[in-house]
Amino acid sequence: MRDFFAMGGYAAFLWPAYAVTFAVVAWNIIAARRAHQQALAEARRRFSADADGDAP
Amino acid sequence: MDWTWFHRLASPPHIYRVAGTLTPWFAWPAGLLIVSALYAGLFLAPPDYQQGEGFRMIYVHAPSAWLSVMIYGVMATAAAVGLIWRMKVAHAAAASCAAIGASFTFVSLVTGMLWGKPMWGTYWVWDPRLTAQLVLLILYLGYMALRSGIDDLGRADRASAVLAIIGVVNLPIIRYSVEWWNSIHQAPSVMKMERPSMPFDMLAPLLMMLLGFTLLFAAVMLVRMRAEVLRRERGASWVKEVVS
Amino acid sequence: MSAWAGVLWRDLRLALRRPGQVVHPLAFFAVVALLFTLGYTPELGKLRQIAPGVLWVGALLASQLSLDGLFREDAEDGTLEQMVLSGQPLAALVLGKTAAHWVITGLPLTLMAPVVGFALGVPVAAMPGILCALALGTVSLSLIGAMGASLTLGVRRGGVLLSLLTLPLAVPVLIFGARATELAIAGEGLIGVLYLLGSLAVLALTLAPLAAAAAVRIGLE
Repeated sequence: MRDFFAMGGYAAFLWPAYAVTFAVVAWNIIAARRAHQQALAEARRRFSADADGDAP
Repeated sequence: MDWTWFHRLASPPHIYRVAGTLTPWFAWPAGLLIVSALYAGLFLAPPDYQQGEGFRMIYVHAPSAWLSVMIYGVMATAAAVGLIWRMKVAHAAAASCAAIGASFTFVSLVTGMLWGKPMWGTYWVWDPRLTAQLVLLILYLGYMALRSGIDDLGRADRASAVLAIIGVVNLPIIRYSVEWWNSIHQAPSVMKMERPSMPFDMLAPLLMMLLGFTLLFAAVMLVRMRAEVLRRERGASWVKEVVS
Repeated sequence: MSAWAGVLWRDLRLALRRPGQVVHPLAFFAVVALLFTLGYTPELGKLRQIAPGVLWVGALLASQLSLDGLFREDAEDGTLEQMVLSGQPLAALVLGKTAAHWVITGLPLTLMAPVVGFALGVPVAAMPGILCALALGTVSLSLIGAMGASLTLGVRRGGVLLSLLTLPLAVPVLIFGARATELAIAGEGLIGVLYLLGSLAVLALTLAPLAAAAAVRIGLE
């Protein structure tokens, strides 16, 4: 197991590269979902405001 | 010829619904492929005879480099479709590509540098591939800056579409000129990625990663596109049905 | 007189009334060379090695200086809208304006390059080659700049954005131009690189006016 994490001396380069890659992958997933949620929430707010008679 | 399918495709509610249905069909295979490619790449693939364990960098570097270029192509194609057929949905698709493409261009630069340190002894070498990626990142940033610099959405869509198409014509020229420049100044020549015979248990995880990342991009782009379509269509009656 | 020549003459006459448009890029070019010298070394032998880079980066940045106003001024006083509505092919009119920009900035910069080069220790024998390379290269730079200027028409204070858009597109011109200059200084044959610069200019001449015309239409909507 220790050998695996040492990666033949390349650990200091290999693991940060994997970490950066999957951090960006995670960011992409989270940011996209959040954008969608926000757009939905905004639309919801807008239509509930409509229902209250604030807007035409 | 019957063009109704084309107009149906272009209608925002239809796109919104189809994108929602398709997303899990891309997302789950993407996750499965990436996880199994990680396992195969890190545990099953044998160390390289030249680079030892260091070659495993390829499993994150190559997919992100591939995505960075492919996403630009998708973005420019969507932009051209939007410009030619005045299709708003295509502009939404182009808009949702930029941030994803820029993020993977950034990843390919960082992983390239981290690969460069043990191979060349320094983080940054003016290697043609890295240099061209740097220019590509600036192109993405320019595209996003232009889009956010124009207040009117329709104008922002079309102006950035023209820029994306200009970029597509220029990218091959930039890549060629950078390679030419590098060959003249004979900087240390590098990463032997195109080896003719990569053993199967090294190649298979790479192909799985490439496919997995491509599907992941499709899934992320679809979600972003739904957000983009919702934002553009706010006030439309179909949006009311969707949110209620 | 054909449409594009008409626009060219009009812009040149306007420029005559404001000689600053011609002088500012030249002064900027000289200052860049001066700053490089002060920041590096007064030794001509060493300066000669970086002369290609200094000449081309200086010319590149100087030719970008006046771009922001290329379409903006005409858009603000309505002239550009008249041109769009005039029924003449807009790409030709855009080409005329770009040609004027080249005559006002690209050509003077080219002619001034030997002076700057001389101060950087470039031998006299290299000057003809450098003049040819810069004359071809600045044509591409003006055309690339015209695309950037038309794209940023709808942007308030688009100056910084303009250089972010045009500079990456100018990478091939910079590479081939600097290489041609390097060969000229070394006294080697540079005709092959001049062909490359020439083909970039031809490509830009055919495509850039169309792209810029499309962008002008979008910017004026």
